[in-house]
Amino acid sequence: MKLTNLLTSAAVALGLAAGAAWAQDKTKVGFVYVGPVGDGGWTYEHDQGRKAVEAEFGDQVETVYVENVAEGPDAERVMTQMALEGADLIFTTSFGYMDPTINVAKKFPNVKFEHATGYKRAGNVSTYSARFYEGRAVQGTIAGHMTESNVVGYIGSYPIPEVIRGINSAYIHAKKVNPDVTFKVVWAFTWFDPAKEADAAKVLIEQGADVILQHTDSTAPQAAAQAAGNVITFGQASDMAEYAPKPRVSSIIDNWAPYYIARTKAVIDGTWESVDTWDGIGPGMVGIGEISDAVPAHVKEAALAIKASIADGSYHPFTGPLKKQDGSDWLAEGEVADDGTLAGMNFYVEGLEGDIPQ
Amino acid sequence: MDLSAINPVLLIASLMVAATPLLLAAIGELVVEKSGVLNLGVEGMMITGAIAGFATAVESGSPLLGFVAAAIAGAALSILFAILTQFAQANQVASGLSLTLFGLGLSALLGQSYVGVKPPRMGDIHIPQLSDLPVVGPILFGHDIILYFGIALTAAVWWVLKYSRIGLVLRAVGENHDAAHALGYKVLKIRLMAIMFGGACAGLGGAYISLIRVPQWTEGMTAGIGWIALALVVFSSWKPWRALLGAYLFGGVTVVQLNLQAAGVAIPVEYLAMSPYLITIIVLVILSADKSSAPASLGRNFHASR
Repeated sequence: MKLTNLLTSAAVALGLAAGAAWAQDKTKVGFVYVGPVGDGGWTYEHDQGRKAVEAEFGDQVETVYVENVAEGPDAERVMTQMALEGADLIFTTSFGYMDPTINVAKKFPNVKFEHATGYKRAGNVSTYSARFYEGRAVQGTIAGHMTESNVVGYIGSYPIPEVIRGINSAYIHAKKVNPDVTFKVVWAFTWFDPAKEADAAKVLIEQGADVILQHTDSTAPQAAAQAAGNVITFGQASDMAEYAPKPRVSSIIDNWAPYYIARTKAVIDGTWESVDTWDGIGPGMVGIGEISDAVPAHVKEAALAIKASIADGSYHPFTGPLKKQDGSDWLAEGEVADDGTLAGMNFYVEGLEGDIPQ
Repeated sequence: MDLSAINPVLLIASLMVAATPLLLAAIGELVVEKSGVLNLGVEGMMITGAIAGFATAVESGSPLLGFVAAAIAGAALSILFAILTQFAQANQVASGLSLTLFGLGLSALLGQSYVGVKPPRMGDIHIPQLSDLPVVGPILFGHDIILYFGIALTAAVWWVLKYSRIGLVLRAVGENHDAAHALGYKVLKIRLMAIMFGGACAGLGGAYISLIRVPQWTEGMTAGIGWIALALVVFSSWKPWRALLGAYLFGGVTVVQLNLQAAGVAIPVEYLAMSPYLITIIVLVILSADKSSAPASLGRNFHASR
């Protein structure tokens, strides 16, 4: 015990000394992006976070980023390159970077890694994500009220827990305010392909959907909805306010800046530890974009009420009674889903049609 | 499952839209390859055309002017490739690849202030009575003018290559540039024209995505269509009508698979997602069994001294 204490304090002292020596040097922060920084959605918001880090620390930090990095071996190459070039902290911002991040982190124990939306951690790998499903509960409420055809279209990217959670959350809350609502889910198998997203939105509209929810990163569905006329959409990841007040009637906004600043500061101060962060509307990691005038006042009120109750912790979007799609029981009356189940969610709730691709 | 939710008329109409960028790029590349040049920079020229057309359409308010600018931008970028490969004798594969990278970077730079901007809309042609016909109307007479231009271009390229003197010369250059040179044809000049034509077509295809199919500007929005166009040229055995068939197949299967998903058909989605590539390749491979081979001088540089 004493020995370990001694070793720890020695290590801390060394770390401090090293930190002091390093203080002359800039802290280098790397970002690996899955899309282009100009996508107007997911990657755009991460890049806003990067800019916020630069603004906060000025000359103390140097940030680098690589955009359009394919999920797979290419990601590993990019991360290795960043680590070799002296990055102290690397944010890898897509689910598919999970294994590459872990692999590279093993090779560079002195470099800190932060993986977004994953569930594998290590001594020098933190994970962080936002509870987007909280935002989807708000959107689902609006969608359920607003749909006249009772068909809501949903463009999914990949069938991973993150996306399935969003579909379930939106569906549960749409169903709550509109028992007749049905969801049509289309999987695009891409995070970012405007042409395909536009096609998917058009198909859903042609098949009767008058509300489009998306879990892909571009604003192409908004453009398609606008061309179709009487269809509403929601901003995904970014506000996408250029399509307000209609078709975009509200949005889920990712706000990574405070987290990126805090984690960079931890590296500069030498207090960085591997943690698992999953914040939602309450702490502000998930923002709800302004609900536009196209939404009637009473619907807006209902949506804001849900948002407020989630923010203060009095309501959880996954509260029983809830059944799984196959009719088996999941949550009893009043029971709340635990984070483990949510993080690995691979099933639809009762009422959703279709199968999740395996 | 609810197949009745799928409207076949709308489906065919939208597959034509989905196929047009691919068709335009493929027809351009087909002419380039017929002249014996392999330009792998289609993706780069497309994305450059996409932003040039988008920016021009936004600034001028005229989508048609946007398409003109896109064609010019695509052709201008292809001149870079022509200078490298035809005059500096650089390797065509490497030059083409770098052209793609250059185009992607250049377009991202040019497009910075256009993210989130909405372009002026290109109206569909509306022919009284004809456009209102059931079934035939939306399929044949309800589109934008560029879509018809793509089909007309296919016909024109087919006719020129097959029946005209200029087409004969172009093919001769592509098959055996030394012989063509000995006969007195200006090999480099003809190839330069072909490369520029290919660039202009790719530019048009890119602008079709940013102005009509999506319509908006985002970085990297061509998302690999240029590469599919390259493959399409090979699989179509350098025949224009087969390129059209392949483009429609590809666009068609893409739209059909999305429709099937939305209708709740229980086919594993991965199969649906890969089906456009698979079916297009299978059909074109079967068609290409007729032994028509690539232009003999494809990818080889020409120098008059040799």
